[in-house]
Amino acid sequence: MVLSVANLVYRRAAGGPPVLDGIDLTLAPGEVLCLLGPNGSGKTTLLRCLIGALHADRGQVRIDGEPHVASRRLARKVAYVPQAAGDSGLQLLDIVLMGRTPHLAPLALPGRSDEQLARQALERVGIAHLAARPFNRVSGGERQLALIARALAQAPRLFLMDEPTASLDLGNQVRVLRTIRDLAVAGMSVLVTTHQPEHALLLDARVAAIAGGRIAAAGHAREVLQPDTLARLYGTPVDVVSHGGAPVACVPRL
Amino acid sequence: MNTALAEAIQPLRRRAYGPLVLLLACTLVIAVVSMGLGHYPLSPAMVVDVLWSALTGAPSAQPPVVENVVLAVRLPRVLAAMLVGASLAAAGAAYQTLFRNPLASPAILGVSSGAGFGAALAMLLHAGSLAIQGSAFAGGIGAVAAVMFIAGRLGQGSMLVLVLAGLVVSALFQALTSALKYIADPLDTLPTIVFWLLGSLGRVVAADLAWAAPFALVGIAALWLLRWPTQVLEAGDDEARTLGVPVRALRFVLIAAATLATAAAVSISGIVGWVGLLVPHLARLLVGPAYTTLLPASVLLGAGYLLLVDDLCRSAFAAELPLGIVTAVLGAPVFAAVLMRARRQWS
Repeated sequence: MVLSVANLVYRRAAGGPPVLDGIDLTLAPGEVLCLLGPNGSGKTTLLRCLIGALHADRGQVRIDGEPHVASRRLARKVAYVPQAAGDSGLQLLDIVLMGRTPHLAPLALPGRSDEQLARQALERVGIAHLAARPFNRVSGGERQLALIARALAQAPRLFLMDEPTASLDLGNQVRVLRTIRDLAVAGMSVLVTTHQPEHALLLDARVAAIAGGRIAAAGHAREVLQPDTLARLYGTPVDVVSHGGAPVACVPRL
Repeated sequence: MNTALAEAIQPLRRRAYGPLVLLLACTLVIAVVSMGLGHYPLSPAMVVDVLWSALTGAPSAQPPVVENVVLAVRLPRVLAAMLVGASLAAAGAAYQTLFRNPLASPAILGVSSGAGFGAALAMLLHAGSLAIQGSAFAGGIGAVAAVMFIAGRLGQGSMLVLVLAGLVVSALFQALTSALKYIADPLDTLPTIVFWLLGSLGRVVAADLAWAAPFALVGIAALWLLRWPTQVLEAGDDEARTLGVPVRALRFVLIAAATLATAAAVSISGIVGWVGLLVPHLARLLVGPAYTTLLPASVLLGAGYLLLVDDLCRSAFAAELPLGIVTAVLGAPVFAAVLMRARRQWS
C-alpha cells in the first residue's frame, strides 16, 4: 500500500472530544480515493494529519509501510496540493519550480532541467502561457492549476489534494479530473477531498464518506453513492441520475 | 559540487543577472567617488591609482599623503558603510520573507535594542572602543537569544509569538538603556551614549572592520546559501514541509545568520534605522519579488545606499550629521513613495 492509516484518532485538545475517531484508509498504486463529507466532518483535519501538519493521538500514517516523517525523501514520494490561497507576487514558473525542491542537491537552486520539468507541468494543466505571470495576478482557478502543476513537477507517487476543483469553472474542473485520471492510469495514487460526489463517479474512484470524524461509508463510488447514503451524509434529499445504465450525477432536491 | 554551483548560477542568467551586475557596478563607482570626497578632495583616478597599487604592491604615482588619506582614513569608512548597509539590507530582506510581512525590519527581534544596551553599559563603565563594540555585539545577540528562549517556552513555533517576544525584549532593553542614560554623567558619558545611539561611521578604524566584517560576511553568506529554501517558505509552512524543507531548522538558522550580520554591523555603526526596512522594498522594485535575486540585489543596493547616505552625513555640512538621523529623515518619505508605487502594482 502506498498509503495506509489504521484506527487514526485525533483530538484538538488533550482529553477533548476526538475530531477524527478511528479512521481506516488504504490507497494502492493506480487508485483514486475521494474523501466526501459535509463541512466540518473532518476531511481537512484528516488531510492535515496525512501531510504531517497535525499529529494523531493514536494510529499511524504509513507511506509505503513506513511511518510518516517529514523529510526530503518523503517529499519525493508524496505531494500536497493545498487550496489556492496567498498573494505571492512570484511568477507561476517560480511557484511550480518549488516542486523540484526535494530533488535538488542541498543548497542548490533549480537548474535548466528543473525549469523544463516545471514548464512541462504547466503545459499539462493547460496554463503554459501564464508561466511569467505573477501568482497574485491570475484567477483563482489558474492559481489552483498552478499548484497542481507544482505537485506534478514534484514527481511523487502519491498526491494528496484538498478540494482541487473547488474554485474552477467546468472546463478547468474537467482538465483537473483528466489529470487525476491520467495519473492513476500511470500508476500514481491520488487522494482528493471534494464536495462534488459526481467527480467520484466520473473518476470511477473509491469513496470514503466521512461524517462526524468517522468513516460513514466506504467502497466503490457506484456502490456507495446511493440516494439514501448521500441524503444521510449531507442531511438533504439527493437523487442519483443515471445515463446509459451507469450513475453519472448527484442532484439535490430543493 | 561543480554542477551544483552551475545550477546555482543558472537562474540568475535566466532573469536577474543584468540588474545585479548593474547594481554591483553602481556600488563600486559610488565607493570610488566616496573615497574622493572630503576636506582633501581627490579625483576618482587618484583613488583608483592608490587602491590599485595597494592591491598589486606596485609603487604609486600619488604622494604619501594621498595614500594615507585613501587607505588609512577613507577606505575603512567606505568599507564600513558598505558592510553595514549590506548586512542590514540582507537581514531585512530575509526577515520580510521569513515573517511574510513587508514591515519586518532587522530590529524586529530586539537585536538593535540589545546592542544599544550593551554599548551604553560599556560606556558607563568607561570601557575602550573595542570593548564597547564587543559589548554591543554581545547585547544584540543576547537579546535575540532571549527572544528565541521566550518564544520556545511559549511554544508551537508560531511567528506571531516570536514577534511578540521580540516586542517585549526590545521594550525591556530600551527601558534599561534609558535607565543607564539617566544615571550616566551628563557632561561626559551621556553625550557619548546618545551619539552612539544615533549612529555614526565617523569613528570607524581598520581594526573595527577586522573583527566585525567576518561575522557580518558569514551571516550574509549563510542567508545567500539558503536563498532557495527561504523562497520556498513563501508557499506556507505546511506546504514548504511537504516540499522537503525543514521549516523550523531553516527558520532558526536564518534568524541566527541575520542576527549575526546585524549585530556585527550595529556594533561598529551604532543604531542605524530604516535601511533594513527600506532597501529590500527598493530592490523589489528593481528586480521583482523572487527572493533568490532579491537578496543579492538588497545586499548590493544596501551597500550603495548607505555609502551615499554616509557621504551626505560627512559632506553636507561642516559638522558631521548622525547617520541614524539621516537614514530616518530620508528613509521615511522614500518608504512612503515606494509603498505608493508598490500599492499601484498590487491592486
